[in-house]
Amino acid sequence: MLCMLCQKKEARVHLSDVKNGKIKKVDLCEDCAKAKGVDDPTGFALADLLLGLGATEELAAGASADAEPACPNCGLTQSDFKKASRLGCPTCYETFAESLAGMLKGMHTGTRHVGKVPRGLKLGREVQERLQALQRSLEAAIAVENYEEAARLRDAIKQLRENPGAVVAG
Amino acid sequence: MKLLEFLSPPTQAAQRGGPADRIVMSSRVRLARNLAGFAFPGWAKKAERLRVCQLLRDAVERQPQMREGFAAALDDLSALDKQILVERHLISREHAAKGAGSAIVLSRDERLCVMINEEDHLRMQALLPGCQLKEAWQAIDELDTGLEQDLDYAFSHTLGYLTACPTNVGTGIRVSAMLHLPALVLDEQITQIIQAVNKLGLAVRGLYGEGTEALGNVFQVSNQRTLGESEAEIVERLSKVVAQIIEHEENARARLLENRPKMVLNHIGRAYGILANAHSVSSKEAINLLSLLRLGVDLGLLPDVRRSLVDELFMLAQPGHLQLRHAEKLSADERDILRADMLREALREVRRPLASPPTPPVDKPPAP
Repeated sequence: MLCMLCQKKEARVHLSDVKNGKIKKVDLCEDCAKAKGVDDPTGFALADLLLGLGATEELAAGASADAEPACPNCGLTQSDFKKASRLGCPTCYETFAESLAGMLKGMHTGTRHVGKVPRGLKLGREVQERLQALQRSLEAAIAVENYEEAARLRDAIKQLRENPGAVVAG
Repeated sequence: MKLLEFLSPPTQAAQRGGPADRIVMSSRVRLARNLAGFAFPGWAKKAERLRVCQLLRDAVERQPQMREGFAAALDDLSALDKQILVERHLISREHAAKGAGSAIVLSRDERLCVMINEEDHLRMQALLPGCQLKEAWQAIDELDTGLEQDLDYAFSHTLGYLTACPTNVGTGIRVSAMLHLPALVLDEQITQIIQAVNKLGLAVRGLYGEGTEALGNVFQVSNQRTLGESEAEIVERLSKVVAQIIEHEENARARLLENRPKMVLNHIGRAYGILANAHSVSSKEAINLLSLLRLGVDLGLLPDVRRSLVDELFMLAQPGHLQLRHAEKLSADERDILRADMLREALREVRRPLASPPTPPVDKPPAP
């Protein structure tokens, strides 16, 4: 049996864990086990965490399906990904979103990006959020028949849509 | 300009110092970025790779930080050039293996280096001497912010910066510190430390990063997780862990001198003996012995030697740097002989290590 990580060397470290009634197994060569810090049996919970076992199972299941889905943008298939452990293009993250979700959960601290956002996109998000807030206020104003306020909000929304940069800056 | 004319000579490069550099040899922050609408380099066809490479090279070279820098396509660099770049930790071994369609751009001060079409379209790093993780993050953050004005990055609001390998998605950041930990190795505590660091979700690697062995008691500690934590949080966490490892190493040095002085003196004395007298030394042996010599310098046992000399020899002992000093192509055996000659010459005037540690001990970390 080959190591699940490097797929090169013989797996000599075999770990298994029962979770939610399902048995999960990891087979690693000594080097990969050491690199992942799982050669110490007491540290096993970590193996689950680092390797994203759920993901490995899902990937295996996906690969054995008859008609293999391919990324519409770059043509990468699930088994291409399994072989190289690399995705083909940014769109692959949408194409393989389902199987990636489990894998990302195992690999990382969270499942949502926290941190730097490119400046252009940040503006986009702020404008979106502002528009949604204004829209809600507008509906609320109409509901209580405050037409003066509703007219003001409608103008603000129009202005924001036409010139997002100026409104956010102001 | 040729790469070898551009790079600072080893003597000069070894003199760059920074905070806590007796243990932290360097700090690095690297960001992975990709362009929207293009396949990742490993999957892209050659024509697309070449187009992306040119586009990115132009954008990177336009940045003010890269003024008077060095830029080259990988196929325009010789095997020796690439080896030197790897030995200086400026590019990865993976990047050195690339040819047409990949490039590097290096800043004049050699602190910023951008690899184009490595595993991702852009792998940009700031590499600073000593413990300067925050400074390195700031430097690379600025370069990235400059680049994003010109480039349309592949970014998702839920998953962050999209990378070829899902292990890098999110912030795309890798923060790492290169640590010299001879006392933790001599005191046989290093395995425990590595396991403890692993449990915090951080990786410990060897001298040349992923998949390399810890030659010369040099270890790289870096974050592995990139999604769900901000860059600042990751830098902060790594800084804390590095500060703790420094403390453990300092404690181990003090304890070894206190409890097992002969063992320490024996290792350092033998290292000096071989380095100053051998006639054939492999690069692996040289690096391991130089690590002990560096420890001797830190402990005040070698009053004639400055740490920068050891760091310079560390660099010069490596195959590429050694080859550089000789016009003809050297075989491994020839290199071992010339390496020994170089080391004997460098240590000719250096008196042998003291027979006991100086009092008061110099092995006190400098006040912060």
